[in-house]
Amino acid sequence: MATEYSFYPGCSSQKGASSSNYLNSVKTMADKLDIKLNEIPDWNCCSASIGYAGGGQLPRLALSARNIALSEKHNQGQTIVSPCAACWLATKEASERLKENETLKKETQIVLKEVGLKVENETPIKHMVEVLIEDIGFDKIKKQVTKPLKDIKIAGYVGCQTNRPFGINGESYENPKYLDNLIDTLGGTPIENYDKKVQCCGGALAFSEPEKSQMMIKDIIESAADAGADMIVTPCPVCQMNVEVYQDQINTKYKTNFKMPVTYYSSLISVAFGANIKNSALDQQIIPATKLNAIAKS
Amino acid sequence: MSDMINQYRNNFLKEVESKVEEGEWVKNCMQCGVCAGSCPLGDAWEHTPQKIFMMIRAGKKQEVLSSDAMWMCTSCYNCIVRCPRELPITHIMHGLAHYAKRLGLAPKNNPTLKFAQIFWNNLTKTGRVNELKVGLSLYFMNGFVEGIKTSLKMQKVGLNMIKNKRFSIAEAWGGHSVKDKSGLHKMLKKAYDLESARVDK
Repeated sequence: MATEYSFYPGCSSQKGASSSNYLNSVKTMADKLDIKLNEIPDWNCCSASIGYAGGGQLPRLALSARNIALSEKHNQGQTIVSPCAACWLATKEASERLKENETLKKETQIVLKEVGLKVENETPIKHMVEVLIEDIGFDKIKKQVTKPLKDIKIAGYVGCQTNRPFGINGESYENPKYLDNLIDTLGGTPIENYDKKVQCCGGALAFSEPEKSQMMIKDIIESAADAGADMIVTPCPVCQMNVEVYQDQINTKYKTNFKMPVTYYSSLISVAFGANIKNSALDQQIIPATKLNAIAKS
Repeated sequence: MSDMINQYRNNFLKEVESKVEEGEWVKNCMQCGVCAGSCPLGDAWEHTPQKIFMMIRAGKKQEVLSSDAMWMCTSCYNCIVRCPRELPITHIMHGLAHYAKRLGLAPKNNPTLKFAQIFWNNLTKTGRVNELKVGLSLYFMNGFVEGIKTSLKMQKVGLNMIKNKRFSIAEAWGGHSVKDKSGLHKMLKKAYDLESARVDK
């Protein structure tokens, strides 16, 4: 029987948005793992980590509280799961803040009354990789691999927000290994000594401070390339976009010659489970993941 | 806290403690500097978090709130997990940035401030982010001429995204939205009002 989750996909995964490829591959992966994702009806934006200029603490908490309350009302008893690092983080932070702070909790309930909701705040909130690691387990994933990712050297770029401040249970902040273990599970070769594994890509500041951010992104790609990586894999929509789409601009500025594919772990898993290029969302790569494409086509 | 201690605490520290998100933690900073050394954009900050905390304790309200420092935070959370006193530094930086904006003291031309406000306005309009409109507002935030220049520079990135169905011109006509938009607006209005009653008094 399928395991059911209350699904919070997030804005960037919607049709025609920057990480729609993430959602497409997550759906393929979930389907193969018999995970049923019940979308939270009428979910709203979490305001990510850059909403703070216009939004004070309470309006931002209200946004996340509305999502939790909607989940509790419509998907009762189901763990909230988001594939997006920022959605997961904002929701989990809001949930913790409301548990710690009586004033904010009281005010949030008053605010939610405006939309006829009430938050119990008892629902666990997981990132999709936590579901894979804790609920499914790599052993089960390994059993479903039909096309091992042979001869592909992959740098697991964990980044920031799935790693800090909460992180994945049992992993260190400085050198989390779950992506390496996942790559290994899928038959690929993890780049174990990847220097920039947890380096920030600039996040939202890639938009507002592009030069400073691209300096960091350059290092993330360069250290993967220097360690012999064929491609980079990441669990975060902002990491994926920032590291993939600015490579032309970085090449011009730094006289480099990067053409490093950056995909989601969900695309890797989909390919290893035998999905085609489209269902693994590899057709939405700006820099084609050539080696993965070859396996998907084989 | 006894009145005796309160009496000797400067006004700006008290103000931060009562009005800034997670501001009550500021007094716990022991000035070790690990946050400053851990920040990916540490070199770009006018004042590192360590200095900001000391400046708050020294009562330097104007200098702190008009600084561009907090607007350099990428929300990477490195400082939070490394702080030996477990201060929620990222949240305090966001809180200070918001408070500076609220009082009108934040540096008006800071690009992250502008972008953060564009993002908030965008997401609260329909309840979901409209990436096309966020992008265009961002490119044109420094005026029309700058906007055209930035758009041309970003043209290739944009076209690549459109080609791969990761950016949609259709978002110009409405775009993604929650169904209960009026409810969402009512809810946010209530939140603004309640917070204002607490913070702006």
